Amino acid sequence: MARFDTPDGYFDAASSEPPHPAGRTALLDALETGWADPARLYGAARTARLTLDGARAQVAEVLGVRPDEVSFTGSGTQAVHLAVLGGLRARWRTGRHLVVSAVEHSSVLHAAELHELDGGTVTTVGVDRAGRVDPAEFAAALRPDTALACLQSANHEVGTVQPVEEVAAHCRATGVPLFVDAAQSAGRADLPGGWSLLAASAHKWGGPPGVGTLVIRKNTRWRSPLPADEREGRRVPGFENVPGAVGAAAALAAFRAEMAEEGPRLAALVEEIRARLPHLVPDVQVVGDPVRRLPHLVTFSCLYVAGEALLTELDRLGFAVSSGSSCTADTLRPSHVLEAMGVITHGNVRVSLPRGAKSTDVQRFLAVLPEAVARLRRSAGINA
Amino acid sequence: MGFLRRTRKAVPAPAPVPAPAPDPEWPPAYLVLDALGRKCPIPIIMVAERIREVPVGEVIAVKADDVAARTDIPAWCRMKSQDFVREEPLLHGWAFHIRRNY
Repeated sequence: MARFDTPDGYFDAASSEPPHPAGRTALLDALETGWADPARLYGAARTARLTLDGARAQVAEVLGVRPDEVSFTGSGTQAVHLAVLGGLRARWRTGRHLVVSAVEHSSVLHAAELHELDGGTVTTVGVDRAGRVDPAEFAAALRPDTALACLQSANHEVGTVQPVEEVAAHCRATGVPLFVDAAQSAGRADLPGGWSLLAASAHKWGGPPGVGTLVIRKNTRWRSPLPADEREGRRVPGFENVPGAVGAAAALAAFRAEMAEEGPRLAALVEEIRARLPHLVPDVQVVGDPVRRLPHLVTFSCLYVAGEALLTELDRLGFAVSSGSSCTADTLRPSHVLEAMGVITHGNVRVSLPRGAKSTDVQRFLAVLPEAVARLRRSAGINA
Repeated sequence: MGFLRRTRKAVPAPAPVPAPAPDPEWPPAYLVLDALGRKCPIPIIMVAERIREVPVGEVIAVKADDVAARTDIPAWCRMKSQDFVREEPLLHGWAFHIRRNY
């Protein structure tokens, strides 16, 4: 069987990490052993139950939580929706006020919108030019009727790491549970402390698609926003994806262990891009916090260039990258993250290195990028 | 929250009522560019190309209706050390006033 390797020039780990071989092997094994209904009382069912609980224990260990605090969901987005809506529902007697940062993932903001349509209120806390929340400003948004607060561990578009522990301390002082969307950092770094609910997504650490993780800490009130169902400790409805959970857990353990060495190597490559970019491309702005950021990700904007055109050009040259510029999404609005930061929203490129990204690929990227940008600028009539 | 209002159709400018009269507090722009109907980065490209036609200290204005311009033009001014003077609401879109600094 061919071993899966990261394709050359794939720089979009923040969208999806290429499948980790350990996860793939575990997934295939579990397809054969973990297919039975884990809720039943015969041999194959007990095997499926044990397999599922083994995966749960493995995820809990890597995340530093208790196994009974971990549930598997159908995606990271589903985990976010359950965390936000279930966290709000459990505290409706306290109030119906929700606090979110302006740069949360769309799944959080859409859940907040639903809450608002449902009669709840939402306060959005802004960010600075680097995309970072001010803990004092976040604390000031907490009210006696605040049912839940949401803050990502790190931003998905610009990589800025949020002050989760400081915000968590403020939340604790006012008795408000904090939900952390850890999709961009789980598996790459240790989780911050102090939160009550957390969501993550397996395909971001090389696990299979269709598996998310919802963590609800002990003593956190939570009530399912969905119809009752016995599965996953009554937290996630539907027949459990045992093979998916096993693949996700094996990938997470292997990925996290490798990051001890691989993380610093990727960080050095990103550091090189950050350092050389301003000298290679005129009128380029590296966005996001220069220090408090995800080590494998760098985002920059090139003036006078449409993001979509640049992505197409880079794809032609063999590079898979992503962009927060408006034309690339299925919308005409610019990225809400770049907008909240008040930085250039066009010509935006996000490079996020997957495990095993080659230094030679990064060098080639830096070699072809200046001419690609210059070409697009010339065709727009700019002589920079 | 307005986040849901993402659509494939052109985003209509928030209707500024009533029609703004010329504001006597603000000096008229020396040069006005029309980028209405043009997507970003075109409005910024137009400003970058033509700001040299305006004497230092004078104001160039660009009319645009792509919402991205509301973020991009002030951000461009910061990057390029030009003065972002104001965003003037129009019946459709905005006029962004920039003072040439150098």
